[in-house]
Amino acid sequence: MASAAYKAIYGAVYAIFLLIAISLGLYLLLTNQGFRFDVAWFLTSISPYMFACVGIGLAMGLSVFGAAWGIYSTGASIMGAGVLMPRVYSKNLVSIIFCEAVAIYGIIIAIVMSGYLINFDLENLNEKARAQNYFAGYSLFGAGLVTGLSNLACGICVGVVGSGTALADAANNTLFVKVLIVEIFGSAIGLFGVIVAIIMATKAHMTDVSIA
Amino acid sequence: MGSFDLSEIFYNVDSGYLEGLIRGFKNGILRQEDYRHLTQCDTLEDLKLHLQGTDYGNFLANEPSPLTVSVIDDKLREKLVAEFEYIRNHSYKELGVFLDFIKYSYMIDNIILLITGTLHQRQLSELLTKCHPLGTFDQMETVTIATNTADLYNAILVDSPLAPFFKECISEEDLNEMNIEIIRNTLYKAYLEAFYDWCKEKGGATADVMCEILAFEADRRSIIITINSFGTELTKEDRAKLYPRRGKLYPDGLIELARADDYETVKRIAEYYADYRPLFDGTGNGPGDKTLEDKFFEHEVTFSTTLLSYIYWAMAFL
Repeated sequence: MASAAYKAIYGAVYAIFLLIAISLGLYLLLTNQGFRFDVAWFLTSISPYMFACVGIGLAMGLSVFGAAWGIYSTGASIMGAGVLMPRVYSKNLVSIIFCEAVAIYGIIIAIVMSGYLINFDLENLNEKARAQNYFAGYSLFGAGLVTGLSNLACGICVGVVGSGTALADAANNTLFVKVLIVEIFGSAIGLFGVIVAIIMATKAHMTDVSIA
Repeated sequence: MGSFDLSEIFYNVDSGYLEGLIRGFKNGILRQEDYRHLTQCDTLEDLKLHLQGTDYGNFLANEPSPLTVSVIDDKLREKLVAEFEYIRNHSYKELGVFLDFIKYSYMIDNIILLITGTLHQRQLSELLTKCHPLGTFDQMETVTIATNTADLYNAILVDSPLAPFFKECISEEDLNEMNIEIIRNTLYKAYLEAFYDWCKEKGGATADVMCEILAFEADRRSIIITINSFGTELTKEDRAKLYPRRGKLYPDGLIELARADDYETVKRIAEYYADYRPLFDGTGNGPGDKTLEDKFFEHEVTFSTTLLSYIYWAMAFL
């Protein structure tokens, strides 16, 4: 019954939102004011600082989110399995360490990226310098998004696999190493995100002086 | 493609610890070799020694030397109850309701035990030691005071968890031998139907597995009630009211069973259903044959284990 109420409210809000969006769009179209819907203006009026800092925030925040998800998934299973089979605790901490590594990737990228932030004053810059700063903002945002999302997925993946590892290890201790290989592959995907993020982030050079 | 269901990644929030624990219990169940060793034991002391090497551990450690079967039985039950209560205390919302449903069947048995014992003028303290610990509830002892079912309901059971199952049982007649069995079966019928409906509503693997098990339980009870009522004063209409309406036999088989007069008729009715036909073959009351009860029990165990493997498959692919 409660979920029916939630569905009704969600449906109503979604319908109102859609109605407003469509009617605004049609108004602009039909009154020959289509030029006001300007994506380029929107993007360029957002400061490069905003993009860069949101990127750094996503890098750190989503990585930690993924790592936390992984750790709780694995941890609950390790504790449950370890009640009757205490040897499960010591070996399966490796799964927790894989999840933690995901958070460490995030913080490394965040620290590297924040090193590229430079305080500049838009009036003192010429076109070339401004363009370079915008590029830096976008590339830091992209790098943050890449590493954040891939670490989120990696953390969830390693968490669910780690939970299975703990349960399999409790049942049959020869299975541990074999299931761990699956976990290593899962952990590799986080690393892919870090590599791409490093490549993107190191291209970002913010400048506070005009360039020739 | 199936439904895009992300619930697996949230599963461990509520259930991760208990899943690990229950898998641990399952891994500790005695295996073939354990049973072979146990059959080679000569005395109960050997049994105790062998069980120490399994997951049962030192559960008999503090018992004085001449071990008896009843002591072992009590200790095993104590272990089971402790584990069940532990799991019950750690469960959240729906798992809690599910485990409570399992307890209700023991509560029904306890109530009937207390009423029957009072009828035969047994001492309350003696009766309480015979009650199953999983089926205790607040104020259970006061059940012995009631003289008819209306009293029983109004005074005592209206506050207990069994209140919703009592609707069909209330009457002004005094409690006697016959009525007590009818009460037991009516309560159990209401309980089984409520449990089945709850599991069906949950859907997913719960519905798939539990509804199969409960349907078999319903059919088994219908058949056993029919067979046991031959030669007693129970009329056919009364008997028909006791059949749980949730199994494979509902509705056609139950109508037939209500009209049945002897064992052969029941066997013929059961043969319409492919699952139940093999249970009637080869049963009898002779020394080498298995009784019908034994066969039902075996069937329940084998298909419960099949359903267990279904759960593992379902979790992987659904």
